[in-house]
Amino acid sequence: MLGLWVQLSPDRASTVAGKVDHLFYFLIAVSVFFAGLIFTLILVFAVKYRRRPGNEIPPATKDNLMLEILWTAIPAGLTVVIFLWGARLFYHIFTPPTGTIKINVVAKQWMWKIQHPEGKMEIDELHLPLGRPVELNLISEDVIHDFFVPAFRVKHDVLPGRYSVEWFKPTKTGKYHFFCSQYCGTGHSRMVGWVYVMTPRDYQRWLTSGQPTDPLAVTGERLFQRVGCAACHGQESNGRGPSLVGLFGQTVHLQNGRTRLADDDYLRESILRPNAELVEGYQPVMPTFKGILSEEQILELLAYMKSLPPKEGEVQP
Amino acid sequence: MITADAPALPTGAPQLPREHFLNVEYGVKSWLLTTDHKRIALMFLVAVTLFFFLGGAAAALFRLELLTPPGDLVSDHTYNKLFSIHGVTMVWFFLIPSIPAVLGNFLVPMMIGARDLAFPRLNLSSFYLFVIGGLFTLVVMFTGGLDTGWTFYTPYSSMFANTYVIAAVTGIFIAGFSSIFTGLNFIVTIHKMRAPGLTWFRLPLFIWAIYATSVILVLATPVLAITLTLVGVERIFHVGIFDPAIGGDPLLFQHLFWFYSHPAVYIMVLPSMGVVSEVITCFSRKRIFGYHFIAFSSLAIAVIGFLVWGHHMFVSGQSIYAGMVFSMLSFAVAIPSAVKVFNWTATLYKGSVSFETPMLYSLGFIGLFTIGGLTGLFLATLGIDVHVHDTYFVIAHFHYIMVGGAVMGYMSGIHFWWPKMTGRMYPDGWGRLAALIIFIGFNLTFFPQFILGYLGMPRRYHSYPPEFQVLNVMSTAGASILAVGYLLPLVYMLWSLRYGRIAGPNPWRAKGLEWETTSPPPTDNFEKIPTVTEGAYAYPERKETAHG
Amino acid sequence: MAERSDYLAHQFVDPIQQEQSSTLGMWVFLATEVLFFGGLFAAYTVYRFQFPEVFQHASHHLSVLLGTINTGVLLTSSLTMALAIHSAQTGHRRQLMAFLIITMVLGIGFMVVKGCEYHKDYVEHLVPGHSFAFDARYMPQAQMFFVLYFLMTGLHAVHVTVGIGVIGVFLILSLKGRFTPEYHTPLEIGGLYWHFVDIVWIFLYPLLYLVGHHR
Repeated sequence: MLGLWVQLSPDRASTVAGKVDHLFYFLIAVSVFFAGLIFTLILVFAVKYRRRPGNEIPPATKDNLMLEILWTAIPAGLTVVIFLWGARLFYHIFTPPTGTIKINVVAKQWMWKIQHPEGKMEIDELHLPLGRPVELNLISEDVIHDFFVPAFRVKHDVLPGRYSVEWFKPTKTGKYHFFCSQYCGTGHSRMVGWVYVMTPRDYQRWLTSGQPTDPLAVTGERLFQRVGCAACHGQESNGRGPSLVGLFGQTVHLQNGRTRLADDDYLRESILRPNAELVEGYQPVMPTFKGILSEEQILELLAYMKSLPPKEGEVQP
Repeated sequence: MITADAPALPTGAPQLPREHFLNVEYGVKSWLLTTDHKRIALMFLVAVTLFFFLGGAAAALFRLELLTPPGDLVSDHTYNKLFSIHGVTMVWFFLIPSIPAVLGNFLVPMMIGARDLAFPRLNLSSFYLFVIGGLFTLVVMFTGGLDTGWTFYTPYSSMFANTYVIAAVTGIFIAGFSSIFTGLNFIVTIHKMRAPGLTWFRLPLFIWAIYATSVILVLATPVLAITLTLVGVERIFHVGIFDPAIGGDPLLFQHLFWFYSHPAVYIMVLPSMGVVSEVITCFSRKRIFGYHFIAFSSLAIAVIGFLVWGHHMFVSGQSIYAGMVFSMLSFAVAIPSAVKVFNWTATLYKGSVSFETPMLYSLGFIGLFTIGGLTGLFLATLGIDVHVHDTYFVIAHFHYIMVGGAVMGYMSGIHFWWPKMTGRMYPDGWGRLAALIIFIGFNLTFFPQFILGYLGMPRRYHSYPPEFQVLNVMSTAGASILAVGYLLPLVYMLWSLRYGRIAGPNPWRAKGLEWETTSPPPTDNFEKIPTVTEGAYAYPERKETAHG
Repeated sequence: MAERSDYLAHQFVDPIQQEQSSTLGMWVFLATEVLFFGGLFAAYTVYRFQFPEVFQHASHHLSVLLGTINTGVLLTSSLTMALAIHSAQTGHRRQLMAFLIITMVLGIGFMVVKGCEYHKDYVEHLVPGHSFAFDARYMPQAQMFFVLYFLMTGLHAVHVTVGIGVIGVFLILSLKGRFTPEYHTPLEIGGLYWHFVDIVWIFLYPLLYLVGHHR
């Protein structure tokens, strides 16, 4: 690709890409206008008022309050417009729609481990179907990373100890770079991969190719039994631990009097630091699974919990 | 600002004064134990120049690596050390001290008609703290390096890095106190030691700029000091406030770090803006347009600059509502800078403009700072920052401000006050040539990086996809031109010390108290402390009368 | 030309300028110290909001008795420092030296009590690191409380030590008769520093020792 033509922006492959580009072009126009104005004025003044015999001593000039007000107010007004446009787009970028495919992404120095809900795993690659919104649930095993897809115009830091969410809806089939975008050590520039956007049919074919896998929720249930969660949280557990049925998305009442939303972070923390935010009415007897379960396994358990039906009479959020 | 009883300065060909601060005493001890602000300024000049070229050498190496897509010149670990040491050296050992510790130290007492700073011995200790901090950094550089980036993000820096993090943060911590003491000295000096008649609004705008910078120096630097200490503590004791295992939040580091590091960029650029006000007026032969607006803009930038740190964290996991507040404030901080650019441009209007080296650098500053500032708006715009954060777009933006802005301002100042400091003129032709080479080299180096960034090339990448190569080659080509541009002044300035034309007290016919004493000045600056009776930049004006 | 007083430094025009500059300089320095401690106070605030019960229970393991004693000690030392300065203002050199000595003794007393507290914490396995042990219900964040406790009181103790040293220097200078009613600026600004160190403790004490004590 060493031709004379250089591409100036990446492919537009998501619903958001065009929006970002349009705002970018507006800012370029504003910048060209103001930079052009300043450069031109400087050049014109430098030439017109250059020192010559007869103009060794310049005439007096006066300050101009109106001018000061104008060139303060006009840029200020422009920045309000730019801010509002940018904030609105930002809000949209950070608000996933409903009906997303939820894909788990676990980052570690220096690779990306990706789990599809149907159970298929990939490393340093992300296969997606065209036209369906996708929500990435991101977490790191070690340092801060960042999952960046230039063609989608979207990125988010990937933190240790806390889930982050990034969503996009691919609009064009093809192969697009993704990069780690938060310096993470020696292999930072190697922590890259490809996003493959495929037609829905090709995607289905890809999903079912290779070794058959169980959906994450099923793997999660097996894990639930195998590592002993069922002993306290299962149906025959005599209430040693709170029931997990319909728990995800509900508000729980904690020992300390406060309430907490049972989201991904809360559930993960309850597995790794069970006594930190104990549910009211229960004893601090749950052992920690830190060092026993990997981030992927925790995500499998979370998938299982989310698959449990809501409590009778309640609607799943 | 002439006073009625100023000593008559000699007429005829300029001569060096018989006794001045450089020849009053010879010997290493007279320099190493000096409390003369002017000698301390020159010692800082030597030190920061050394660090500039070291930081530049690191950049040369990694720009060479970036000529080709694969990482084939140095290992990835070495590459990470190169950009880390480039950042640390350039930020803390060149940019932050550059104008304040060199030009500020030399000029603040002179511009306000004082015999020295308020605390000369504190000033000397500032220098030694800088040297000691610098030694730690040099040792790190040459024995094993640092690979955390200049930003030291946790948990990488606190728990994973295998390089000399503790030595590096110690060096920066010590140098930080150098900054704090310098800022403290300037604040007290400007408040308490102005000559009779020198009211606040008669002060040169360089003093306003240094004052605003000093406020940031004293309030922001301690936060960096404690933050880096905490990283060091966590590395030594394997437990600390950023440790997720005990409930620590890695984002807390980012908030604390950027609370300092954002105001730090204003430490780097405000003094340059001060230089530009001095140079534009002298080489247009007229008063500044909008004096009060420029003075208050400096203060506004310093204050608002403390409120925008979260714009480095829009995609970090910070709340999106916090992001919106920081975005709004980041737009606000741009306005005073824009006001300054307009006022400087208006100063040229109906002036009598000449283009000696200092003026070329200052005009270059205005153009390049404008581009840098406008691209800052892109980054303040939330929807765009999500895409360009941590890409080469950011690198291009801050180099336009730091190099196209701050360094050009520094070069402008060095070239403007060189004759005052040394008594000698450098060859202006070479000065202008170097300025032009730097301008061209700079733009060729950094403009392609805006495009690279929007295309998606991340920062701190040792290897990259092949489609990014053309722009990288352009950038490296520019960097080699830039290197030539920066080496030239080293040569002709040193040449001028021996062979340069004698400058005389005021070769530029500039207004300002510093120009009303000899070049070089005597140790205690003025034979008699002047009394000030007029405002700044009181250049003669042509009265337009019926008689012409 | 009027004779310059021998305590007037060459860069100053007159003693008033020198005194005002020194005082402003110390106030600016204290502002930097506020920001220096501020980073730790910010971290404390963040984590106390995140896990309040942990902080409450951890705080109960500190000795309110020893903390209160130290508060009294420091407050008294600020009084004696102010009295020392008053003695200098009124030209009572022996009184000045006496109050300086008492201030130093109180400062050293503070450090001794702190040392006892640290020893007690060590014995009770409250020092963060391998030997840290605490009620499992509040782990692992309890360690965070103690990390902050040792960092904040440790940084404060360093400042107290420097202060004691500075007062010692003042004692020597007083012995040599360097301070008069016309010139005792170093004492004034040293006093400012000492009061600042006291005020930092006034904030540390309730934040670390008295969490949840109103319940």
